[in-house]
Amino acid sequence: MCLSIPSKVLEIDENNVALVETLGVTRRVSLDLISDTVKVGEYVLIHVGYAMEKIDTKFALESLEIYKKIAEDMANGEIDEDEGDMGLSAMSEKR
Amino acid sequence: MTLINEFRDKDLILALSELIKRESVKPLNIMEICGGHTHSIMKFGLTGLVGEKINFVHGPGCPVCIMPKSRIDEAVKIASRDDVILCTLADMLKVPGSITSLQKLRADGADIRALYSPLDCIKIAQENLSKNIIFFAIGFETTTPMTASLMQKTVELGIKNLFFHINHVTVPAPVRAIMDDESVKIDAFLGPSHVSVITGYEIYEDIAKDYKRPIAVSGFEPLDIMDSVLNLVRQQNAGTYNVYNEYARVVSRSGNLKAKELINRYFEPCDFNWRGLGVIKDSGMKIRQEFSYLDARMKFDCEVNSKAESKACICGEILRGRAKPYDCKIFAKACTPKNPIGSCMVSSEGACAAYFKYAKEAI
Repeated sequence: MCLSIPSKVLEIDENNVALVETLGVTRRVSLDLISDTVKVGEYVLIHVGYAMEKIDTKFALESLEIYKKIAEDMANGEIDEDEGDMGLSAMSEKR
Repeated sequence: MTLINEFRDKDLILALSELIKRESVKPLNIMEICGGHTHSIMKFGLTGLVGEKINFVHGPGCPVCIMPKSRIDEAVKIASRDDVILCTLADMLKVPGSITSLQKLRADGADIRALYSPLDCIKIAQENLSKNIIFFAIGFETTTPMTASLMQKTVELGIKNLFFHINHVTVPAPVRAIMDDESVKIDAFLGPSHVSVITGYEIYEDIAKDYKRPIAVSGFEPLDIMDSVLNLVRQQNAGTYNVYNEYARVVSRSGNLKAKELINRYFEPCDFNWRGLGVIKDSGMKIRQEFSYLDARMKFDCEVNSKAESKACICGEILRGRAKPYDCKIFAKACTPKNPIGSCMVSSEGACAAYFKYAKEAI
């Protein structure tokens, strides 16, 4: 019941209800739980008819870049286990 | 959205798999609290990618799995009335109570409706003024604000025929109850994703400190889980016990303040009887006195004599992390998704259902 996936906001009506698209399927969800302004084109995480939170796509893409760097370093034999790098945690703390 | 495919990138997952295997030096029992993680771990075969040192232990975080028979019996009793339309999220329909399930009761003619959103109750209430509409509310902190939002709309719109049967529960109390049981050996936790979107990851900080266990709040995608496991391995090696927020694209430290405020306005903590775990103090939510006129348990006679759980079923042991589904004598025999005996088999996110679907070869 907890699985929910990112949805793109297509329209927002005067009742604070958004039309969102998830993998080709559209549905209407309430934006009543979101304090920030949600704009058309942004991504939200939806659950049982409500948007729970906006998704920081920039941060998600930055995370993927870090994983890609790890994979490249491993392929090149450059990974150093003693670096003390705790995955993305160092990045999280910067926010 | 491309992000979903990206977070399932095979090469990246294999790179993290290699790192985890390389850096795991001691056995690490990781409890994934949320049933969604159990489902992902089994679906993507992550147990095979983390190496032999890592043991995933399946925790109590599925709202369907932990629902006691007595609460379902109460719903069945209310839904049997001619003047009632009972509404709930679809996951609850199949769960067996002492005598029957809501699904079977519906087949017998009761007006029971599965909702896509709690807000659908408003329209049903407005279109059926001669009936009492009951929202049978379930779920952890993830769904509690949606119920609170529906209550707010009910009050604002002056709707008089909509009532609430509340079965909301919270994550920290059962985690502490499990850790207080000395027979349970858990070294680290994967924190629930969507609970944390609402609560923020701050709710785990005291648990990590009090029990000296690292916690990684993780998304549901395979890459999320692998990165979180790597962090937990590294924390074990370093002897630290911090809360790591892997799911920072949606989870903040303080969570969704608007949602938390709504929860506090309508609900207060109460004891809750968890299926398989028993009564845990302040682990559930009840409607505040001020709004008790919305409480279906006050308005309707809910007294039931519920039967005890099946003696052969070991769901309680599984939810505590002391047993795996295939340790149960009735697993995949008398108890299957088509005929679930125990709660862990009922929900698709239950540990037994996930093992039945994805791990038959391991049995």
